[in-house]
Amino acid sequence: MTWDWRWSWIGSHVDLLGQLLGQHIYLALTPVLLGLAISLPLGLCCVRWPRIYPVVLALTSMLYALPSLALFVVLIQYTGFSGWTVIIPLTVYTLAVLVRNVVDGLRSVPDHVRQAAVAMGFSAARRLVQVELPMAVPVVFAGLRVATVANISLVSIGSLIGISGLGQLFVDGIQRDFPTPIVVGIVLTVALAVLADLALVLLQRFLTPWSRTRRARS
Amino acid sequence: MNSRIRTTVAVAGVAALMALAACGSGNTNPLGSGSGASAAPGSVVIGSANFQENVLLGEIYAQALEAKGVTVKRQFNIGAREIIFDQIKSGALSILPEYNGALLAYLDKTATATGTSDVDAAVAAKLPPELQLLDSAAAEDKDSVVVTSATAAKYNLKTLDDLAPVAKNLVLGGPPEFKTRTQGVVGLDKTYGIQFKEFKSLDTAGPITVAALKKGDVQAANLFTTDPAVPENGFVVLTDPKNLFSSQNVTPLVNKAKINSTVSGTLNALSAKLDTTTLAELDKKVISDKQDAETVAKDWLKAQGLT
Amino acid sequence: MNIVQLVADWFTQPAQWSGADGIPNRVGEHLYYSGLALLIAAAIALPLGLLIGHTGRAGFLVVNSGNAARALPTLGLVGLAVVVWGIGLVPTLVPLVALAVPPILVNAYEGIRQVDAELKDAAKGVGMTGSEVLFRVELPVALPLIILGLRTAAIQIVSTATIAAYVGLGGLGRYIFDGLARREYDVMVGGAVLAVLLALLTEAAFALLARLTVAPGVRHRATTQ
Repeated sequence: MTWDWRWSWIGSHVDLLGQLLGQHIYLALTPVLLGLAISLPLGLCCVRWPRIYPVVLALTSMLYALPSLALFVVLIQYTGFSGWTVIIPLTVYTLAVLVRNVVDGLRSVPDHVRQAAVAMGFSAARRLVQVELPMAVPVVFAGLRVATVANISLVSIGSLIGISGLGQLFVDGIQRDFPTPIVVGIVLTVALAVLADLALVLLQRFLTPWSRTRRARS
Repeated sequence: MNSRIRTTVAVAGVAALMALAACGSGNTNPLGSGSGASAAPGSVVIGSANFQENVLLGEIYAQALEAKGVTVKRQFNIGAREIIFDQIKSGALSILPEYNGALLAYLDKTATATGTSDVDAAVAAKLPPELQLLDSAAAEDKDSVVVTSATAAKYNLKTLDDLAPVAKNLVLGGPPEFKTRTQGVVGLDKTYGIQFKEFKSLDTAGPITVAALKKGDVQAANLFTTDPAVPENGFVVLTDPKNLFSSQNVTPLVNKAKINSTVSGTLNALSAKLDTTTLAELDKKVISDKQDAETVAKDWLKAQGLT
Repeated sequence: MNIVQLVADWFTQPAQWSGADGIPNRVGEHLYYSGLALLIAAAIALPLGLLIGHTGRAGFLVVNSGNAARALPTLGLVGLAVVVWGIGLVPTLVPLVALAVPPILVNAYEGIRQVDAELKDAAKGVGMTGSEVLFRVELPVALPLIILGLRTAAIQIVSTATIAAYVGLGGLGRYIFDGLARREYDVMVGGAVLAVLLALLTEAAFALLARLTVAPGVRHRATTQ
């Protein structure tokens, strides 16, 4: 094992890095969007019918505890080498994180706000979209940030079965005893996660204008 | 950090990452060719096992075919044959760089054929109808059991027969699949009566196995005969008089429905030019000199007039 | 025979319970790596987190690096450690410790920070010195969060130790990678089941630890918040 760095490798591989980065972003963000799309209605159902919430929680927690590599391998039989082999398990992980946040977020809407909306004549649907969901945004986004960062880190495991992303740099580096691609892969993964996190924070600010004005006033 | 700066940094950073991704993504479809479905006619999917030489061979095949106008999708570093074979049988993969003897041992645990043409014929007899072997190259890369020169000196080891009496004091290292293969621990016992004290799963004849051998974590290891680490470290390859590892010519395995005559013609022409010395040299460039498989493949194909 | 049957058979095979590749040995290896890594990470991160939380400096750095560290890819860290330092126990521990330090650090820091200022004032009022305030007031109140940090780190370590098998180490990951390579799906799924069980056991162990060590008054406050 050597300290054989060869930094010039980076300059000659910008294309490859871009390609892997694109694949990685796709494989990491699709599960977040899918997970959100599923956890919103699911969370709503759990708030509406509280009795199913413990069941949903138990199920998703169990699935969350499964090692990702095992899930990927089991799925190869059904989804082959397409991105779905990685996206489906990561969606399940995202779900496990987000359902709790959606439910907590919806439940965090203060009663007096809800009652005011009813008093103003808002229908249930309008209440949901214009009052409850926006107020749940901070809590939901806290979960989104955790899930996004976790996904970005987990996608690399897919390269252990040949499904690409930045993880390919790790497999290649290990096979050739070559630290440079590994370091580049780690740096890019963390950079991607930090930027995604920042983007979500900004999006959250954008979606909750009242939090902005409160800050400006104080 | 005030929010203005934060916003600028975020936007700039996201833009930079997107630019990097865009200039690289080009035509790549990250989703691959659908849920395990095969590529469209006129295009092929080349797979490879999870070690560098096989990735290099896959890349050589890929570039040779691309030069003839075939669209190629690369699916490298999947895993061991135990995982990949089903994928080419189903058509998810079209072409694999295989080793005829190892493939035979996988298909038929009792096979005893040696010599390239015998092995090829035996494989052809055992292959499922969807699959076919193309022409074998002269290049061979065999599994072997190696020891350090110190160990060889200590126990006076030259051939695998010499290993039988002392093996119970030694630990063997290799890829996980070596333990259950006929051309592996199982065959070493059956053919040579070799039983090691313990088997340790390492990597597929890569740096981890080399390090373990050098360090003494294992006293014998499964490495490949074209691996530059063997000459570089003075390892001793134990000879195989009973031909357990038979012939191991590099041979393209194809799914008949997924290829056409252009593909087979190109690959056969390529195989005709590949011999063991060349393969060892190419391996050295990738593994020791850290050159890219793509560059090494490109240079060699050009020098051979195949592109 | 379906996979459930195969796995059940694998678990009940007597050969599976002895020898280097037996379940007790692999679980033992896994616990050994994990336990050692957790101890080292705690030894580094707890004092640091308590100190930074108590003095209140560099807090911004702690929280933000904690977030970035959550993104560190385990395969990358394990691979880098092995390529740079070779195989063996020490190179394996480095990535495990690196992944465990952030949750312990951040939670210890947050735990100390959220202690009521009034409480600290009262403590100073009765004449406690800085370190007495830290150990007799802040630490007990921060204990739930500290244990949460240790618990998160422990789960992280236990699941990362699975990946370490990729570079030739033992532990439960060995079953997953070997089973994958040899196409012995019962071994692979069995290993995955064991990994899950170990993760659940770790959770339970830390829940028990919290029960036993957190003062009833603090525990009560934490649950009513």
